[in-house]
Amino acid sequence: MRLHEYQAKEVFVEAGIPVPDAELARTAEEAVAAAEEIGYPVAIKAQVHVGGRGKAGGIELVETEEEAREAADRILGMDLKGFHVDRVLVEDAVDFVNELYVGVTMDRGVGRPVAMVSTRGGVNIEEVAEEDPDAIAREHVDPAFGMHDFQARKAVYDAGIDRDVAGDVASILTTLYDLWEERDGSDAEINPLMVTADDEVIAADAVFNIDGDALFRQPDLAEMEDEAAEDDLEAKANEYGFDYVRLDGNVGIIGNGAGLVMTTLDLVDYYGGAPANFLDIGGGAKAERVANALDMVFSDENVDAVVFNIFGGITRGDEVANGINSALGQFDDIPKPVIVRLAGTKAEEGMEILNTDLVQVEATLEDAVQAAVAAAEEVDS
Amino acid sequence: MSVLVDEDTRVVVQGITGGEGKFHTEQMLAYGTSVVAGAVPGKGGQEVAGVPVYDTVSRAAREEDADASVVFVPPAFAADALFEALDAPLDLVVAITEGIPTQDMSRVYRRQQETDTYLVGPNCPGVITPGEAKLGILPGNIFSDGSVGLISRSGTLTYQVVDNLTERGLGQSTAIGIGGDPIIGTDFIDALELFDADSETDAIVMCGEIGGEDEEDAAEYIDQHVDTPVVGFIAGRTAPPGKRMGHAGAIVSGSGTGTAESKINALESAGVPIGDTPEEVADSVDELL
Repeated sequence: MRLHEYQAKEVFVEAGIPVPDAELARTAEEAVAAAEEIGYPVAIKAQVHVGGRGKAGGIELVETEEEAREAADRILGMDLKGFHVDRVLVEDAVDFVNELYVGVTMDRGVGRPVAMVSTRGGVNIEEVAEEDPDAIAREHVDPAFGMHDFQARKAVYDAGIDRDVAGDVASILTTLYDLWEERDGSDAEINPLMVTADDEVIAADAVFNIDGDALFRQPDLAEMEDEAAEDDLEAKANEYGFDYVRLDGNVGIIGNGAGLVMTTLDLVDYYGGAPANFLDIGGGAKAERVANALDMVFSDENVDAVVFNIFGGITRGDEVANGINSALGQFDDIPKPVIVRLAGTKAEEGMEILNTDLVQVEATLEDAVQAAVAAAEEVDS
Repeated sequence: MSVLVDEDTRVVVQGITGGEGKFHTEQMLAYGTSVVAGAVPGKGGQEVAGVPVYDTVSRAAREEDADASVVFVPPAFAADALFEALDAPLDLVVAITEGIPTQDMSRVYRRQQETDTYLVGPNCPGVITPGEAKLGILPGNIFSDGSVGLISRSGTLTYQVVDNLTERGLGQSTAIGIGGDPIIGTDFIDALELFDADSETDAIVMCGEIGGEDEEDAAEYIDQHVDTPVVGFIAGRTAPPGKRMGHAGAIVSGSGTGTAESKINALESAGVPIGDTPEEVADSVDELL
């Protein structure tokens, strides 16, 4: 789960990481009032989950009331890489001499957390990592001990941070690590960490992503989850409890198990079609879940045909078949052709139960996918 | 022969009194697995499906001479259950639980590295040696006895590939679902090492997916150390970056690491044929054997 910049900064401030004066605004009036209170120049920053906001026009530096109003007017309501902007952060523009980077994440390959420091802040750190990996100092942390103070110093000095601010940067890194650990972070990042002419160090941007599997023990962070910003269909999937990802093709896909659903997407592509979504209904799919899944893909207007692929382990083919029959039986007209393939537990019974007036039945995964691709093409033409 | 589990494996089920624990204990017993005990704090003295329940794993292991456990404990308590299993100690711990916080797994993994215990999972379907024993939730009826070793990050994809193999008369020595989480115990390399040393395994199928670099690491290991022929499959070719495809571990990062393309290239360079479809995987194995 991702926090917005202003939410991440609230969490950072609480932990003792310095951030610029700022206020959240939902209207141009609020933005201007905030700017007047903070004092110009201020940065007006769109609060959306998009990387490269600045380049996309979502951040503007303003020096007067008029500029502030104009910028807030323009940014509020804009569409930033598919995300609607409904709030901005109005923030004191820090006069900096240097931009640094500090971050903490889980290095899954090693199975341990890693703390990172670089003098190359203010730019896309992933590009730095690719072009010049030595420009980022990395320190792996033993999760049994947490980060030792010396490790923060080591990372800071190895990165070549100026001696005058090294102590402060190390202390911010330590705080960031402890925060990441206590609040079940997946990624915590300050980029840029700005250094002022007076050698003050301040977090000008903030990323704090939280492990979704740990939200049960971070109730206050869970409350910050911003479902309105998500795609409507993805919000609906949340409600139904499905793993769902929307894509831009026209073949709707429903299946059980992440690997098999991904494989079904890949096969749609392999046979010349374009997948519209990833939808995993999970194990033990009962009639209601089947109906909800069909409702999901039917309500995606891009979908022209649906492939329903179940390999039953715990999931029983006869139950899925009954679920499909009853869900589709409620329509006078089935909105989109549905191709079904059942395998595994009680699959043969399921195939017999399926009402072939409502669905097309195929015996193998390959046949079902090809039939769905063909059906989608026919509808499309 | 086989790897990790056989007819002599004696199993403790952690979380046996829960709905899933009970159901799958019955299924495992029906398959012929020696489930000899359950372990649930505070439930010692009860019986589930004819299996005695103990309060602690170490007592269950001691009293019933168990050497493996299967964990159905809910995510919030799962890390503690895994620490307990590693402490017992046991030879093998199979963690079925999905949704364990990643930082918890980082600590469990760190502890596991100090032991000689094989940890399989979490978020996995389990391990099966057809005809002998299954530890987990795999549907026993689709597997058949044979010489193909199977390693997979995904449950239902495993079933699909096994179905294609069985259809061609290609049985399995052992199938290991290593799990779909970012941090897992037994990884591809550990499993490849086990199968390569197993005299009854003549071919290995590895089913990978997007996310992380385990498949790339495995490719390097295969190139240098594995004599048994390996066939591969990689799921997630069409996955967009930054989106988690069901499994917590199945995500292509924004910077483009963890892509299917990178994994396929690495494995093909190591001489591993990659099937475009599960059927093609079975075809390749058929040709090899």
